[in-house]
Amino acid sequence: MNLAGAPLQKAVRVTQVHIQCPSGYRLMEMGVIEGAELQVLRRAPLGDPLQVRLGDYELSMRARDAELIDVIAA
Amino acid sequence: MPSPPPPPASPVSSAGAQPVQPSAATLLVALVGNPNTGKTSLFNALTGFRRRVANFPGTTVELARGPIRGARRALELLDLPGTYSLAARSPDEAIVSGALAGRLPGLPPPDVVVAIVDAANAARNLYLVSQLLERGRPCVVALNMIDLASRRGIELDAGKLAERLGCPVVPVCAINDATIPPLVAAIEAAAGTHPPAPRIDWPAALATACDALRPGLPRAFAAADALRVLLDRDGHAEQAYLAAGGERGPLESARAQLATSGVDGAAAEVRARYAWCTRMLDGVVRRPAQRLVTWSDRLDQVLTHPIGGAAVLVLVLTAVFQTLFTVGDWLMGWMEAGFGLLAEAVGSLLSAGVIQSLVVDGLIGGVGGVLVFLPQIMLLFLFIALLEDCGYMARAAFMMDRVMRTLGLSGRAFIPLLSSFACAIPGIMGTRIIGDRRERFVTILLAPFMSCSARLPVYTLMIAAFVPAITIWGGWVGVQGLTMLAMYVVGVLVAIPIAWLLKRTAARGGLPFLMELPSYKWPRLRAVWQRMYEAGGSFVIRAGTVILLVNLVVWALAYFPRDPATEAAVRAAAAAAGWNEELTGQAVAGAYLRESALGRMGRALEPAIEPIGWDWRIGMAVLASFPAREVVIGTLGTIFNLSAEETAEGAASAPLRAALASARWHDSGAPLFTLPVALSLMVFFALCAQCTSTLVIMGRELASWKWPIVSFVGMTAIAYAAALGVASGARALGW
Repeated sequence: MNLAGAPLQKAVRVTQVHIQCPSGYRLMEMGVIEGAELQVLRRAPLGDPLQVRLGDYELSMRARDAELIDVIAA
Repeated sequence: MPSPPPPPASPVSSAGAQPVQPSAATLLVALVGNPNTGKTSLFNALTGFRRRVANFPGTTVELARGPIRGARRALELLDLPGTYSLAARSPDEAIVSGALAGRLPGLPPPDVVVAIVDAANAARNLYLVSQLLERGRPCVVALNMIDLASRRGIELDAGKLAERLGCPVVPVCAINDATIPPLVAAIEAAAGTHPPAPRIDWPAALATACDALRPGLPRAFAAADALRVLLDRDGHAEQAYLAAGGERGPLESARAQLATSGVDGAAAEVRARYAWCTRMLDGVVRRPAQRLVTWSDRLDQVLTHPIGGAAVLVLVLTAVFQTLFTVGDWLMGWMEAGFGLLAEAVGSLLSAGVIQSLVVDGLIGGVGGVLVFLPQIMLLFLFIALLEDCGYMARAAFMMDRVMRTLGLSGRAFIPLLSSFACAIPGIMGTRIIGDRRERFVTILLAPFMSCSARLPVYTLMIAAFVPAITIWGGWVGVQGLTMLAMYVVGVLVAIPIAWLLKRTAARGGLPFLMELPSYKWPRLRAVWQRMYEAGGSFVIRAGTVILLVNLVVWALAYFPRDPATEAAVRAAAAAAGWNEELTGQAVAGAYLRESALGRMGRALEPAIEPIGWDWRIGMAVLASFPAREVVIGTLGTIFNLSAEETAEGAASAPLRAALASARWHDSGAPLFTLPVALSLMVFFALCAQCTSTLVIMGRELASWKWPIVSFVGMTAIAYAAALGVASGARALGW
């Protein structure tokens, strides 16, 4: 599954980041690398973007970017 | 990657302006760190709020600098833009990597680098530190937000971290002055030292490719630059390499070597650095087994909640907009009244003539026309500073992102565009909160399409005079109100295709919308005031002078030439008709204006505007409103021989309405102002760029005069076409 489809509030682990586009590298530099633990906290009122907890901080990520991140339940 | 001792600080080249030019005795200290790490607060704590902000020559990147307090030797602190990585992808990031490498003209490489690290989020912050340490410059880590970390139960052993990094690590709390002197002492002690290069385990293919490239690096490049040039994705590092005399051959063969090994160099770099960060922090950071829930988390459960969050957002935005619109307008009214009184007082001291008109209409009117924007600019920056400082701005952008995507923008653009409905000038300055350059550029060009409060007098005058006060749809909807609404909608509707066009031409590409949502905290009033003060000051100093100059030119066009024969002819006719002195004076003023250079330009324009149904007097009023849209009302009044008192009420002026309604075409005698003409004039003002201040601030914020010119020409063309279309349409409908 990818992060855009991950259940809310459940911890997931990154298995792969699809880096063919520049977003991918930026995601990795922000700490989204294989093995990192993520949690989708909630969606914005209009359904997109997602509020994601990554380690010790939180960030806003559009569903389109979240689809680049493959995850499994942690 | 072993790193040789850094080259001696090269003598400062004097090319370009000098953002920082410390004497030999002054040490240059660069403050570097991730966004949202309290960098500005630390800067203020170190310098005691003695900030001098200057644009870096030729860019829109602002660099703040100031002397560090309490040091035994002169230390100049340079605040570099926040960045997550030195792999430059935006102009801001390119400035940071350029400044650290000493590649910017007029800026020597820093003597000491202060890396600010958020203690609550150390791993991601150390990523940047690994890149800083590699450069071999003296480095001090300032461990900030210890208090925030401990509230989350996170503890960091600064001594142990310092041992591992090989450079001093000083815990600080930017809002607690007592924690600052140890940092200053560490900075002084660090000068002249060389931290050991971080031992990062690079994949063999990456290390080999770097080693192959390194001997060919130009002299000004540090060994660490090999990796940057090799993996460069956006051209900044490659450009610098080629410009400094690096050869393309070795670079291409090193890249080919890496490609054949099958290793994705950029991804491998990130993984290797994070592996190093994890090693550095192993046993250094202690965190609770279960994440502690902070009050910031609880707040977010409400403030970004699908329903509660949306409700709070609507409340906050309404408060911001209403304050700008009402309080801002009220303050503007007071300033206008004050300048009116001043003009009257000064005017009575001078005898009538060119000097009086220059001082009263040109200078006092012109300065007043600049300062009148100050209340709204400072109010908007009050809100921006408060919302950004407390962490809510990022949430507002998060929630509005989906809406703004219809314009191809992100949630960050929402507040600047919303405030442009009050006035585009604070709105354009407010785009400074948008990190992405291309997005900021598009937002600045769209801001003038939002219908600002200066257009309101034009709308109200035309609606009150020419749109019938009837209701439709069962008496629920007034046609006058509907017309007003349509004027606000038309700007937004035109902005959508413009945004689309810009995103596909001049502003292609752009970074993904990844935005940190920082923890909530209390805003600091002194920092808020500083933002307001800097915004107001930069407007008055950088834009005000140019605005004043343009407005003076328009004054001169409306004043000269002044042939006494014009006045004599009017006076003779007035005497024959038995007019009193007041009426005669008004007629003289009207005649002079009609005979002025501006009046002649209006007449020359008539063939172009006749298809819309405008005569030269309307054309001239439109030309005269170039300094500001609302000027059109006063100009129309003067053209139709009304007194200043009669038009002072603006749109509410009954004499002006009557004068417009009775105006006739000079040849056919048909009524000049009809509903199609009134509608076309409103649409023209909704879409045109008749505002010197907007165009000047646009040029200042984009550091280029090209785009204000493009914007003016483009918006005028759109406004003309729309006015023509509306007038023809309305006539075809028989209105």
